[in-house]
Amino acid sequence: MELTLWTYEGPPHIGAMRIATSMKKLHYVLHAPQGDTYADLLFTMIERRGSRPPVTYTTFQARDLGGDTAELVKGHIKEAVDRFTPEALLVGESCTAELIQDQPGSLAKGMGFDIPIVSLELPAYSKKENWGGSETFYQIVRTLLKDHSKESKQTWQEEKRRPRINLLGPTLLGFRCRDDVLEIQKLLGQYGIDVNVVAPLGASPADIMRIPNADVNVCLYPEIAESTCIWLERNLNIPFTTTVPLGVGATQDFLKELHEVLEMEIPQSVNESNNSKLTWYSNSVDSNYLTGKRVFIFGDGTHALAAARIANEELGFKVVGLGTYSREMARKVRPAAKALGLEALITNDYLEVEDAIKETSPELVLGTQMERHSAKRLGIPCAVISTPMHVQDVPARYSPQMGWEGANVIFDDWVHPLMMGLEEHLIGMFKHDFEFVDGHQSHLGHLGGKGNQNTNKDNIKTNLQDSGTTDGDPVWTHEGEKELSKIPFFVRGKVRKNTENYARQAGCREINEETLYDAKAHYKA
Amino acid sequence: MSGATLLKESGPKEVFCGLTSIVWLHRRMPDAFFLVVGSRTCAHLIQSAAGVMIFAEPRFGTAILEERDLAGLADAHDELNRVVKNLLARRPEIKTLFLVGSCPSEVIKIDLSRVAENLNIELKGQVTVLNYSGSGIETTFTQGEDGALKALIPLMPKSNQKKLLLVGTLANAVEDRLISIFNRLGIDNVESFPPRQSTELPSIGQETKVLLTQPYLTDTARELKSRGAEIIEAPFPLGVTGSTLWVQAAANSFDIEKSLVDSILNPLISRAKQALAPHVEKLSGKKLFLLPESQLEIPLARFLSNECGMEIVEIGTPYLNRDLMKAEIDLLPPDCRIVEGQHVEKQLDRVRDSSPDLVVCGMGLANPLEAEGISTKWSIEMVFSPIHGIDQASDLAELFSRPLRRHDILNPTKTLTSN
Repeated sequence: MELTLWTYEGPPHIGAMRIATSMKKLHYVLHAPQGDTYADLLFTMIERRGSRPPVTYTTFQARDLGGDTAELVKGHIKEAVDRFTPEALLVGESCTAELIQDQPGSLAKGMGFDIPIVSLELPAYSKKENWGGSETFYQIVRTLLKDHSKESKQTWQEEKRRPRINLLGPTLLGFRCRDDVLEIQKLLGQYGIDVNVVAPLGASPADIMRIPNADVNVCLYPEIAESTCIWLERNLNIPFTTTVPLGVGATQDFLKELHEVLEMEIPQSVNESNNSKLTWYSNSVDSNYLTGKRVFIFGDGTHALAAARIANEELGFKVVGLGTYSREMARKVRPAAKALGLEALITNDYLEVEDAIKETSPELVLGTQMERHSAKRLGIPCAVISTPMHVQDVPARYSPQMGWEGANVIFDDWVHPLMMGLEEHLIGMFKHDFEFVDGHQSHLGHLGGKGNQNTNKDNIKTNLQDSGTTDGDPVWTHEGEKELSKIPFFVRGKVRKNTENYARQAGCREINEETLYDAKAHYKA
Repeated sequence: MSGATLLKESGPKEVFCGLTSIVWLHRRMPDAFFLVVGSRTCAHLIQSAAGVMIFAEPRFGTAILEERDLAGLADAHDELNRVVKNLLARRPEIKTLFLVGSCPSEVIKIDLSRVAENLNIELKGQVTVLNYSGSGIETTFTQGEDGALKALIPLMPKSNQKKLLLVGTLANAVEDRLISIFNRLGIDNVESFPPRQSTELPSIGQETKVLLTQPYLTDTARELKSRGAEIIEAPFPLGVTGSTLWVQAAANSFDIEKSLVDSILNPLISRAKQALAPHVEKLSGKKLFLLPESQLEIPLARFLSNECGMEIVEIGTPYLNRDLMKAEIDLLPPDCRIVEGQHVEKQLDRVRDSSPDLVVCGMGLANPLEAEGISTKWSIEMVFSPIHGIDQASDLAELFSRPLRRHDILNPTKTLTSN
């Protein structure tokens, strides 16, 4: 039993709903009690969908449990098939129905429908949302393509046509999937590569049947599509790409990998630095102040990994924390963290993540909506890079993360929360003027302004006290505190901590002005 | 009863379960914690309905059952014990802990009352541990509050003090206002249940007269009665008429002179009617369809038809307690169609066929209906907004006139009128 106040991922049947709702002409009968119908609002409110998810809930009640729940399930299945006439039917159960073992999938298969039936077994007490999404997509593809001929087909060169690929993995409630698909389609079009099928997003079962017509699968979101890509490679000899085109470097690598797999010549334009403005913006003089900015990264596996690479290689940040809530991705995130000299944080406990943020005192947090809230409480700027989705993560404007335009969006989204270089310089110059409000940050309206001027200082102080001050700890003198207050607030917490650590090591009982400078010299050395 | 037609329907439902009521109960009693014993689905439901992220640490959580908890029941009880102790060590400010049963905990028959009993012995009164079920196989949405209040009743001290007890969660400001009106009538001893602090439970006895503020408190009313209290029969305090009859019923029960009641209420009534007028203009003649969710559907329909002139197409209600609803149903216009239970697909077919101007529905259904050009109002708003009492009648009407007003602003050429 695990105490959970908030969870990054829903149960696995929510993953199945994401697949079902992303697709067309598919219906999902979910054996579940009435409360589970809350899941509709994830799609109709967060994604602002104008149609209901294609899901029939059996909504069984306690009084049904004494009787024949199997008959109840069959009744709902029949009604759903009659009413919605889907091309294929998904049948599964949520946590409660799993306990009563009606096996709705087998029941559906015995009812004599002439449409494919995909029976889902998603263990609700051990697995989570992304796993459920991945398994559902895999089961749909497997069920629909298991009888497909394995005979090798002609290559695009032999057929004298443009190469074509499938984009696999985008779903509803995935981070900016809608725009990523458009961006990647546009990108591939520029290199003469056609998109055969996009799935699950927007695909019907008939589209799934056309997957084998492609030369290569592009695995856009490994959380959802990797197991399907592996199956398609093994069984239908369709190779797949593994680079996720998030960031300039990864987009270049993706194009190279795809050209290699397709046996195409890699055009020089792939390496041109002006494909995205990120490269020039990052080189421009204003971005000097980004150098070595301490950044803490947490999210799903794919976006956390990509963020670490972009932060480290393309923006010149220093990654001080890297983690994911996705256990399935832990084996990829761990070595990436190790390469940065860090230990990956693999957890589903947001309080643990918040503690890690406090501990590393970053200048920027790249996380989920939950880290945005934690960072807000700590007075640290934050940009959201990953699911779980919030209504803010479905912007009205075009806002991809992938490809060249995605890199532009990422530059803006990550850099704007930080102070602009010149602005930071000016604050340094004028911070002793009486008009100047300590804690001013142009982008953080809630922290600027008179009413809240002590928020940052107090937060950091309290946090440090939280993290265990004991009686033997050095005491700050008035002069020490005064000198500390001259240090910009966004590094003050870190300086305070470093100085205290130094004082402890050096055996100082008191921290005065000089101790502060001693510590500074010590850590610079 | 009036000429209302009562129908029953069954099929796939689209309603929240009783766990959802934790969202307002935890705000009412800031010294209580609600621990759901359930699955990841339960945790996900509550965080999706409650916008949990704004809290540093919310006062509700889920003890998520894992595979090994399902293997042996004795272990599940031990595990729950461990989780509770960790929680209480982390949150020493908690005075009352509600263990809330869920669908999976009910199906595998975890005995929460036994766990609560053992914990109470161990904790020696530092924290009171209670249990109730918010499971979706037994409860709907607001019924969760009914369960939580029922669990508190045995802890209420006994007394023979004459008092008026307002039962059901109200917004604090509204509660203060209603109490001051009763005070002006000469009813000085007015208390509320649930209280604002879980430890400050009102006493109860033969001289307690209960006035229900919410229509979903079936079990609570029964238990209060068995503790000797008298339940005052009245419609619910929504709208001018409902609220007036509600106050009058209490006044009658306390033998307050009619002339005093009139002298205090009449100015409020005429002021409220004035404030209501612009909304009545907007709502009058418009067709309203209420889908089942909060149990407030019948009182709302009564207010919107009798006082705002709306035409009621259908009143959906998750379940119907004829005793508690009698006064409400009597006030409904003749030939009103009340449908108990739900077949969501067939009901939505009826919505489309009747092309209503406004549909009251759950959060999952609102945008799909809006996308079809049908204005909607979330029923969950009714349990969060201060809508009770004579003074709030125009605010209540505004909740329904706003979507119509907005529709007209955005679609100046298309009229929504269905006549």
